[in-house]
Amino acid sequence: MAAPLTLLIIVAVTIRAVLFRSSLAELISERVEVVSPLNAWKRVVEGLALLDLGVSPYAGDVFHETPLIIYFFHFVIDYAEIVFMIADALTAVALYLAVKDYNKTVFRKQKYALEAERYPLDCVELIRTPKEMYYIPLKVAMFYLLNPFTILSCVAKSTCGLNNAVIALFILCTVKGSALMSAIFLALATYQSIYPLTLFAPALLFLLQRLYIPVNWQRSSFWLFTTQYAFMYLGSLCVMVCLSFFLLSSWDFLSSVYGFILSVPDLTPNIGLFWYFFAEMFEHFRLFFICVFQINVFFYTIPLSVKLKEHPVFLIFMQIAIISIFKSYPTVGDIALYMAFLPAWNHLYRFLRNIFLVSVVLLACSALFPVLWHLWIYAGSANSNFYYAITLLFNVAQILLVSDYFYAYLRREHHLTHGLYLKRKDGSEATLVLK
Amino acid sequence: MATHRCNIFMLAFVLCGLTCVFVREELVIRPLHSGDIYASFQFRTLWDTDFLRGISHYRLFPKSLGQVISKFSVRELHISFTQGYWRTMQWGQPFLPSPPGAELWVWFQDTVTDVDGAWKELTNVLSGIFCASLNFIDSTNTVQPSASFKPLGLGNVTDQRFLRYAVLPREIVCTENLTPWKKLLPCGSKAGLAVLMKSEKLFHSSFHSQALHFRPVCQDWKCKSTVLELRQTLNVVFDLHTSGQGKREWSLFKMFSRTLTEACPLASSSKVYVDVTDNPQGELFELSPTTPLLSQVVVLGDRRTYSVYDLTNQATFGQTRSLNMLLRWRAAENMLRPLLHGERYVAGYGLQTGEIHTLMYNNHPYRAFPVLLLDTVPWYLRLYIHTLTVTSKGRDNKPSYIHYQPSKDRLRPHLLEMLVQLPPNSVTEVTVQFERALLKWTEYTPDPNHGFYVGSSVISALVPSVVAMDTNSTRECPLFSSFFPCKEESSYFMRVYTEPLLVNLPTPDFSMPYNVICLTCTVVAVGYGSLYNLLTRTFQVEEPSPGLAKRLANIIRRLRGVPLL
Repeated sequence: MAAPLTLLIIVAVTIRAVLFRSSLAELISERVEVVSPLNAWKRVVEGLALLDLGVSPYAGDVFHETPLIIYFFHFVIDYAEIVFMIADALTAVALYLAVKDYNKTVFRKQKYALEAERYPLDCVELIRTPKEMYYIPLKVAMFYLLNPFTILSCVAKSTCGLNNAVIALFILCTVKGSALMSAIFLALATYQSIYPLTLFAPALLFLLQRLYIPVNWQRSSFWLFTTQYAFMYLGSLCVMVCLSFFLLSSWDFLSSVYGFILSVPDLTPNIGLFWYFFAEMFEHFRLFFICVFQINVFFYTIPLSVKLKEHPVFLIFMQIAIISIFKSYPTVGDIALYMAFLPAWNHLYRFLRNIFLVSVVLLACSALFPVLWHLWIYAGSANSNFYYAITLLFNVAQILLVSDYFYAYLRREHHLTHGLYLKRKDGSEATLVLK
Repeated sequence: MATHRCNIFMLAFVLCGLTCVFVREELVIRPLHSGDIYASFQFRTLWDTDFLRGISHYRLFPKSLGQVISKFSVRELHISFTQGYWRTMQWGQPFLPSPPGAELWVWFQDTVTDVDGAWKELTNVLSGIFCASLNFIDSTNTVQPSASFKPLGLGNVTDQRFLRYAVLPREIVCTENLTPWKKLLPCGSKAGLAVLMKSEKLFHSSFHSQALHFRPVCQDWKCKSTVLELRQTLNVVFDLHTSGQGKREWSLFKMFSRTLTEACPLASSSKVYVDVTDNPQGELFELSPTTPLLSQVVVLGDRRTYSVYDLTNQATFGQTRSLNMLLRWRAAENMLRPLLHGERYVAGYGLQTGEIHTLMYNNHPYRAFPVLLLDTVPWYLRLYIHTLTVTSKGRDNKPSYIHYQPSKDRLRPHLLEMLVQLPPNSVTEVTVQFERALLKWTEYTPDPNHGFYVGSSVISALVPSVVAMDTNSTRECPLFSSFFPCKEESSYFMRVYTEPLLVNLPTPDFSMPYNVICLTCTVVAVGYGSLYNLLTRTFQVEEPSPGLAKRLANIIRRLRGVPLL
């Protein structure tokens, strides 16, 4: 499988290289759907220029990247394009290996369940075969590399690509079972933007499952491992924060980076829900709604972990999707990451209810974003409401996509326990509803 | 073209038995002392008709007006629409005076029995014809002057019962009044002098007046029979600064954005007169193209000399087949060029990004000197200092000192200070890109589409001085020379301010706060609702709900504690 993957990477790199050399690169790096005040390349260059001028990059309100990014790009600024292409390739390879390992785990669990005869007899169609699962890792890598959102994000040199690489490496390390590396990468991802904090729960659940430690509050082994993992995670996070302090000898970056992400002072339009909401917010309620919206991102962690504690990788997918939809400054690069996982849930296709509607709405909205932006900002014949409406629609479509996959996943689990063809009391064909 | 006009003339002559119309058009251009220019159009149509016969052939006389005149038995009609006030002290006397607003005075025939009724109907009909609010003329603003407005045409009836005069000073004149007025002309606005009357230039003037005068006159000097004369006049004064852009140079194209290409084919005479009385030898201004025709006319008590352009003569239009006469004043080159000068503008399009360009001119022929440029830019225009470029004479000019304090949102603005060396006799351009921020809806001014102001840049410099400056500050010298302290003899301190900038920011819709909050919360609730359903509910086989009777029976059974149906 290495050969097709290499071929895929070569094709992806070619596409990106061609776009880097064309005049579209300038255009794409200005688009608000692709870059946000947090991860725009222009702002990274501005931060480095401020550093050259002798002014702290955090003295102004233009630069919101973490100090490690400054340090990193200080050395590789001349090779920026190659760095972003390598990041994309790294993400794809990490996802490929992670999904490959995950498939092995899934297949092994399924084998044990079949041997223990836990599945009802009419669920033969739902059993996954190695043949169907063979190409899934390649498809996952392909979905990531050849996704137009990813390509746009890479050509715009948005640091979202680097964040995605870190999260992909974290997933790989978790799936491989290395708790320390997983904690370090998770800490790095959290350090970059706060939201990956919610991925702590699924990672913990996966590692517990891998080590056959049951998730039981009374068991000491559970608490032992949890504290170990938490300690590794918090320790790495502290190390990174302190390293950042020593880099620029000030704590300014905390309010410029984390304060910025949490308090949303910059209302530049993007594909998320925050900007127009807070542009039109009554001053009196601003703090209240900031808190509500930020809690909304973290709030689904515990319920989802409880429901999906046997399926931590699906939980990771759900969490990444929820972060991408409800974070304060989303871009299309964040969406590309969770969309890469969709081929891994190919077997759920028969239970998806809204997939046609969702895909059509996503396509239509992606096409309408630049049109309505142009009409508002350049032509002046539309106003901000048009762009905002498409933002709403896009987010509704994403929410529908995520909840559809969740529904399909739960339904398949239900069928695997209760049988595929269900009958009512009188023997007629039954319909399943959520009650 | 010439044969075409000849044919029409033949036709006009042949049909001239009963109804005879002659059309004359002329334009007079008079340069005024203040640098403004006065243009006066007159179109005259003579109509030989006999109302008593009952037949009226309208050929070149406008039918709408003819019908009105015959229906209301109008002997004389004078109506004018004016925008602006004629400044006699600066501009002299106009050819045809008119008051600001609308003025209407009418002499009815003595056969009219109910003059007031006829007057009321006439004002309403004229209001429709000219698209003006003449219907506001009623008994409260109509008078019958006994001596002032005697008939201007023929007729010996002087009973003021048949005269009505009204003026509407508040009436505004605009394109809607000009268009029907132009329609009454024989050639319309298609040919002849009327092509010059385009509203976008005519209304961008200091004074604009259009009038219509109808009266009976003698057909010839013997005065055996009377004909009806309709004169349409348009007077306009173009301002030196708003229309002329400050340059004392006038041409037909600059005044009207059109040139003349042909005379009206229906006109027997079509002439343009340019007043050259003050310019006998051409020493004040130069008139081109030159014309051999000169005429002396006695007007307003003065003998004036006019250069005449005859438009019926094809040779007037020259090789280009268009006539654009140009009056260029010989300017005196005596203004002192300042040594240091600054300009600033915003480049770019759209509401997302932009570029501020600051130009600094060093007009000293051989000395270079450093200047300090200070820019204060408000926080909502986010400057990108890595895009700062300073170029002089096409080459990069690196400033020797840059102090930049970036802005903090809603706290402080950008501060950029640079020390730039300006090469002699050059323009130095400083450009920096910025991005426009979207503000909270309460942070916009009540008129957000006016834009946001950016304060002037300040250029401070020690400019080399031609004469030795006086460093002794205790000497008795006038106040105006002792404001800035003087430290050295060879240069003096100067501060130049550039223009402020007006920048538009993207605006949210201000009428929508409640709607936006509701809609966004709805989307979040959609997410919450879907996930809540999936998290708290389980899959169950759906049993169809039993009929009403069974449900009632189940309720009773539940109360009894008996198993359900």
